[in-house]
Amino acid sequence: MTFPTINLLAIAPQIILVVAACITLLLDLVVQNKRSLGWFSLGSVLTALAALIFLRPATPEFQPGAVGSNMALADGLSWIAGAAILIAVGLAILVSIDHVADFTRRIGAYYALLLLAAVGMLAMVTASDFMTIFLGLEIFSLALYILVGYYHSDLRSGEAALKYFLLGAFASGFFLYGIALIYGATGQTNLAAITMSIAPLSSNLPFAPLLPIGMGLLLVGFGFKVALVPFHMWTPDVYQGAPTTVTAFMSVAVKTAAFTALIRVLASVTTFSRPWLLVLAVMAALTMTWGNLAALRQTSVKRMLAYSSIAHAGYILTGVAAGTERGAQAALYYLVVYTFMTFGAFGVVLAAQRRDQNDLTTSQIAGLASRQPFLAVLMSIFMFALIGIPPLAGFFGKLYVFGAAVDAGLTWLAVIGVINSGIAAFYYLRITVSMYMDAPEAAAEGSGSIAARNTSALVLTALVVAAAGTVILGLWQQPLVNGIAQAVVALLP
Amino acid sequence: MNPDIPILSIILFLPLLGALVLLLLPSEKLQKWWTLGVTVATFLASCLLIVWWQEGYAGMQFIERYDWVALFNIQYLLGVDGLSVWLVLLTTFMTMLVIVFSWEGIAKNLKGYLFLILLLETGMIGVFVALDLVLFYIFWELSLVPMYFLIGIWGGPKRVYAAVKFFIFTMVASALMLVGILMLYRQGGTFDLLELQKMSLSPNLQVWLFLAFGLAFAVKVPLFPFHTWLPDAHVQAPTGGSVILAGILLKMGTYGFLRFCLTMFPDATRQFVPWIAALAVIGIIYGGLVALTQRDVKSLVAYSSVAHLGFVVLGLFALNSQGIAGASLQMVNHGLSTGALFLLVGMLYNRRHTRNLDEFGGLWKVMPVFGFLFLIVAFSSAGLPGLNGFVGEFNILLGAFRSNPVFAVIGTVGIVVGAWYLLRAIREMLQGPLTKPENMALSDLNKREVLTLVPIIILIVVIGLFPNLFLSKINPSADAVAAELENRPAVTLMIDK
Repeated sequence: MTFPTINLLAIAPQIILVVAACITLLLDLVVQNKRSLGWFSLGSVLTALAALIFLRPATPEFQPGAVGSNMALADGLSWIAGAAILIAVGLAILVSIDHVADFTRRIGAYYALLLLAAVGMLAMVTASDFMTIFLGLEIFSLALYILVGYYHSDLRSGEAALKYFLLGAFASGFFLYGIALIYGATGQTNLAAITMSIAPLSSNLPFAPLLPIGMGLLLVGFGFKVALVPFHMWTPDVYQGAPTTVTAFMSVAVKTAAFTALIRVLASVTTFSRPWLLVLAVMAALTMTWGNLAALRQTSVKRMLAYSSIAHAGYILTGVAAGTERGAQAALYYLVVYTFMTFGAFGVVLAAQRRDQNDLTTSQIAGLASRQPFLAVLMSIFMFALIGIPPLAGFFGKLYVFGAAVDAGLTWLAVIGVINSGIAAFYYLRITVSMYMDAPEAAAEGSGSIAARNTSALVLTALVVAAAGTVILGLWQQPLVNGIAQAVVALLP
Repeated sequence: MNPDIPILSIILFLPLLGALVLLLLPSEKLQKWWTLGVTVATFLASCLLIVWWQEGYAGMQFIERYDWVALFNIQYLLGVDGLSVWLVLLTTFMTMLVIVFSWEGIAKNLKGYLFLILLLETGMIGVFVALDLVLFYIFWELSLVPMYFLIGIWGGPKRVYAAVKFFIFTMVASALMLVGILMLYRQGGTFDLLELQKMSLSPNLQVWLFLAFGLAFAVKVPLFPFHTWLPDAHVQAPTGGSVILAGILLKMGTYGFLRFCLTMFPDATRQFVPWIAALAVIGIIYGGLVALTQRDVKSLVAYSSVAHLGFVVLGLFALNSQGIAGASLQMVNHGLSTGALFLLVGMLYNRRHTRNLDEFGGLWKVMPVFGFLFLIVAFSSAGLPGLNGFVGEFNILLGAFRSNPVFAVIGTVGIVVGAWYLLRAIREMLQGPLTKPENMALSDLNKREVLTLVPIIILIVVIGLFPNLFLSKINPSADAVAAELENRPAVTLMIDK
């Protein structure tokens, strides 16, 4: 029996994180100072990031292509998505170090699960075969099911975990069934092989009708993971119930992983054919509209941001639905930018909420500008970036996504998108109104602890990184945009 | 002469850099002097545009062009011509005076206030000098945020409502402009305004694009019936904010029509003339009549803006060189006179904490300097010959009579209404017996306040007496736009550099 030669370098980040997760669990047994576990996991993420940077495209060490048996591949797309995921998990660990003791005593497992979730996501973005895509999906989903329920004193956290698990299991079922049907139609699970077998010149497939059904089921699975309407029902409850550190992480990294895989799958199974793009476009329109309208009514900042993340999934899907090179570039750019701005917004919630609470109401945030001016400035940056005010990166995300839609002849979708941005301005502005213009009388009642508490320096560091990303990716975007362009050119046939 | 320094970038980013340095300054006194220094430096730098101006040239001057996002062909492209140069100077000039005015009376967070004004200055200058559509849109939206905070934090009792309304109106209205910009990109593969102007678009597409851009500009101007945000925003904003809002931000709308709609969509523009001109005339009459009924002086001035901007739009859509040149000059005139009116009302409010006409009367006896300055500014606003307002309105009406006399005649009625409400305000505030005991002890304007107003008064007189100083730079560019619209060769040839 011969083993396939595996390009281990290409999956070095995953390997580093898996090993680190195991060591974290072992260290948990012997180390008394649990903060050091956080620093260790952060160190491992930075090592993985360094490995990724060392293996960046355009270096001799970077070998795009298959990683053994065609199950995974390292290319520009996986590189950029992988970097975004590693940044997200790094920031999540950074904000957790001072806060994880607020909601749990099982600290070692918490960090290990965060690392494993990141491993699953990295596996998903490098996957080139349905088997590995599913494997990655399940690894990070299982880790997240547990993490969502980690707030031991908050009943909603447990409820959220159960809800996420039950619905998520269903979605995985759909996903797997879709894979099975596509396998039935083509006899392949490898994405490249599927593309070849459905090419117009190849021989007729006996079970071709199964292909669209399979793709439809897959779309349900993806739709659940990235919270597309109508598969979004779990999102507000789960985002609200999960510990805020976990919410901040999952709201960004899951989208990066699943959207990247979705782009790959669409490119190979549907070759971005017209009817599928129309389905996606309609879903994008529904998702952003529903997300924004529902966000208007929320009084919990976390729920509001949850609906906002649904709306942003709609914007990202707009880029995907364009079905062009520019569209995929735009979606990828948006994902990177979204990582910074949404993580930042949830991070501010974490910093502003009371230590014994797992949520923040819009009235609690009133007068934040006079209590913690720097935090309020950061939150304003994230809010205006989410609205899409230039020159913050959120604006360029929208510009590219809608530009791709217009280019692809989906002007109606772009119009719906920009109108949605206008609607969205209402609820993001309400946060700035609360922070800067409302008298802090609402906050005065029983919130002495908010006023007195100083934000942890680690959380502030993470927030400054997120804000810097939000600003810099807008003003100096040449490197990222060029990288994305190369990544996407390599992807599309 | 155009020395080899990026003068437009310097003007554009001086305030922004100044704002960032401002954040590090500890004492309030230092912050005020620093901000004043930055705005004066910016103003002086913008005066260099006039010094180095190439007379008689209709095209863009001081062009700066760099690639920004090469992949999407987004450029950092700046330039000014006769239509925008005075607006740049108006911006730097008025911002400087607003800082002088705000020397006292900002009750809280002075540093934040000054920071936002400097940020706003960069945004506004950017709107007038950006020639790449994405760059233009960036500055257009960027100028929203500081003004939103200025109204919302330092404004009057209903400030939050006014601030949010201002933000949402502009944001929603300009959303479609973004789609319009993207559609132009799809057609031309560039965001470069100068390239796009040369492109001929199908008439049908032009109509859609005109509507997409026009809505954004119509809300900003504001044209009737999109004006409802204006009274709220102007009245609730702090005085400095009102001055900038009325003096400069509204010009972004009229400038937008002129720079983008008229030059890029000429066929659609001709088609929409009756509609826009009708809305402009309705705005003139309606704004005037509503101003007549106001008891709050600030809201009177706010509604007078609706009327005055109606004139500007009427001039633009005369689509001939007199109309366009007159409108371009009138934008500056309105910025000066309405800005000064808001300053005067603010000075009065700082003393009496009311703006209700019923509370005043006979102020001339206690505040003669105030009365005198108010009179001149009101006359300028009403279009008295010899002052600046007359020159602009005369040119506008001249142009309008040539292209659509009916609208011009109705517009002339608006001038009468304009004189009426201003004279009534003068009568009720300044003249008559001094009845209210609270008014007896009012102090006249102090040196700083006079210093704020005198530069404006000087300009009001200078433009009134020597309009050609200003029109000589406006005319070639205005004629080039008109020539394009009238399908005739321009009087001044466009020399392509």
